[in-house]
Amino acid sequence: MKHIISALVQNQPGVLAHIAGMFAARGFNIDSLVVGRTEDPVLSRMTIVVVGDDRVLEQVRKQLGKIVSVVKVRDFLDVPCVQRDLLLIRVHTPPAKRSEVTQLVNMFRGRVVDVARESLLVELAGTEDKLEAFVDLVRPYGIRELARTGVIAMPRDMQTQPKAKGEQADVS
Amino acid sequence: MTKKKTDAESRKSYVGCTGAQIFHEMLLCEGVDLMFGFPGGAVLPIFDVLYKTPIKFVMSRHEQGATHMADGYARSTGRVGVVIATSGPGATNIVTGLATANMDSVPVVAFTGQVKSFLIGNDAFQEADVTGITRPVTKHNFLVKRVEDLGRVVKEAFYIARTGRPGPVVVDIAVDATVAKLTDQPDLAPNLPGYKPRSSGHVRQIKAAAEAINAAERPVLYVGGGVVIAEASQEVRALAEKAQIPVTTTLLALGSFDETSPLALQMLGMHGTAAANYAVQESDCLIAVGARFDDRVTGNLETFAPHAKIIHIDIDPASISKNVEVDIPVVGDAKDIITRMLEFIEPRRRKGWLAKIAEWKKKYPLQYEADGKIKPQEVVELIGKMTDHDAIIATGVGQHQMWAAQFYGWRRPRQIITSGGLGTMGYGCPAAIGAQFGNPGATVIDIDGDGSFSMTMVEVITAARYDQPVKFVVLDNEYLGMVRQWQEMFYGRRYSAVEHPCPDYAAIAAGYGAKGMRVSERSELADAINTMLKHEGPVVLHVKVEPEENVYPMVAAGKGLHEMDLGKLA
Repeated sequence: MKHIISALVQNQPGVLAHIAGMFAARGFNIDSLVVGRTEDPVLSRMTIVVVGDDRVLEQVRKQLGKIVSVVKVRDFLDVPCVQRDLLLIRVHTPPAKRSEVTQLVNMFRGRVVDVARESLLVELAGTEDKLEAFVDLVRPYGIRELARTGVIAMPRDMQTQPKAKGEQADVS
Repeated sequence: MTKKKTDAESRKSYVGCTGAQIFHEMLLCEGVDLMFGFPGGAVLPIFDVLYKTPIKFVMSRHEQGATHMADGYARSTGRVGVVIATSGPGATNIVTGLATANMDSVPVVAFTGQVKSFLIGNDAFQEADVTGITRPVTKHNFLVKRVEDLGRVVKEAFYIARTGRPGPVVVDIAVDATVAKLTDQPDLAPNLPGYKPRSSGHVRQIKAAAEAINAAERPVLYVGGGVVIAEASQEVRALAEKAQIPVTTTLLALGSFDETSPLALQMLGMHGTAAANYAVQESDCLIAVGARFDDRVTGNLETFAPHAKIIHIDIDPASISKNVEVDIPVVGDAKDIITRMLEFIEPRRRKGWLAKIAEWKKKYPLQYEADGKIKPQEVVELIGKMTDHDAIIATGVGQHQMWAAQFYGWRRPRQIITSGGLGTMGYGCPAAIGAQFGNPGATVIDIDGDGSFSMTMVEVITAARYDQPVKFVVLDNEYLGMVRQWQEMFYGRRYSAVEHPCPDYAAIAAGYGAKGMRVSERSELADAINTMLKHEGPVVLHVKVEPEENVYPMVAAGKGLHEMDLGKLA
């Protein structure tokens, strides 16, 4: 089972290495890890997709919380949230297939960002399911290259009371 | 102990100070009066300031020794141990000591020199990626490249090391940051938004725990090193006595509960007593305080404490439900939690349960065969008696460590100074020296094995040089005893690479400036120990012991605690 964890961390050199090292040392199975700046220049947000059961998720949350450079941890278990992943994919597209592939891209509300004689470079953002579906559909044409950012997520409601599962009182 | 500087004193102007100077000032602010370490190129500016410092500096013979000294000092006093090493190989030499402290939650701050900030990453002379290398074996680490950050980071390092669940912290300091001068007053306030150690337990959880304890028929208190750190042994005793709960301790918590009490089960686990292990396996309520359900304690997890409701009181939420599913977690400081829990605890008598415990203790006491040869267990017992069970005892790792744990007779916390989690051979000699520095006037004895002692015995020079009257007792069976025991029990007595022929440790000790003694007859033992204890200086007592003794009980790998091999005890 996949779980999304979001961590606010200090924007300092070495923090990413520290967290990645902890995951490796503890043997956690990480599907994706994205980190970037936030509205606060001293903080970065890291979004991690963990593979495992509830017990694994709990350990990941707690071990993350232990790291001094990690300011806040929350998980999105049972929390309605918006998830987005960004995909750049180069699809083998001889001229005869160009309109077919473009049709697919439009149906998924993606964009063609580069055109070459035998390929199209497509940009697509959305949930993991949507991206997986698109990749499956263009696979028969031939995938030359593929890059994904990994998932970022944000809760749907503005939480005023921290009663969500991800915010047990024992870990801040 | 140097008085910690007040805030007013700390607010003085540091403009114009070099990095090395403000570094030194911050150490004084933190109340540091003793440092262990070894100099080198990248720390020359710091050592120049230390030339005229009120801080006592102890130079070891190897940086590993210095780190274990700082560790032994910290465990025996409760204060933060401080060690300094140079860049590159100096820093890599402290890694074992850091990992040792990390596994046992010991507050140590280690300063390492680093090459000039603009050379970092360039394969410079004596350069090593210290923050990368030490990240997995420290609570936290810092790399300081700018003099403006140095003062604040030193304060942050001490704060992190000693609060919450303590642990080692490394501060890697680029040498140019120690030479540069401050042009503005630096901001010294710690900036750690992600570090908020919580100490007070939730009243709801405390009440739930008390309720479970009141309802229990066969409770057991499982007490770990966290009780020593929290200084909560009085509170544990009050709880045990009010509710008449038998108490077992881990290796690190030996002494937290007086072993002469009828409620005492002594140590549990792989080499724990039969009474402790049977009690845990039959218990209906296991109260873990400051312990982490380590695999040496639990044996096979699937059959561990099968009937028990588990209450876990610990300051580290990550330790709770990590190995064992916990029914009632209580996160916070052990002293605070038990104090507040006591008012909800009802007095009980538990005659049936305590009678069963007494029966186990009577039927399966720890013992060894007395056949006229020198048994290592007897040496430990004698040392215990002849020091009134009041000495500070450091150990190496292996059979001798287990016998020390079983036979010394522990009375108070911070007596046992031993590497539990990492199991570092060579820990004993330097750790004992560190403990002696922290406890001048106390009797400090390193009960060591020949294997462990050989690894760091060069530090006997340090003991002699600084007039530290540590007693080093080497139980020499000319084997790596614990490995040999496993080869005997599980590898058909194929003794591969465990023979350990020894040099004349007494002669070496004399060469190092200490008194050397050797004993090979049982009849000489008591006198030798007496002479050793009376000598006003460091002593190495080399005792030739029975070569093929085994530690019992033993819970073999994969077996449950109730499946102990009692050897000759049954």
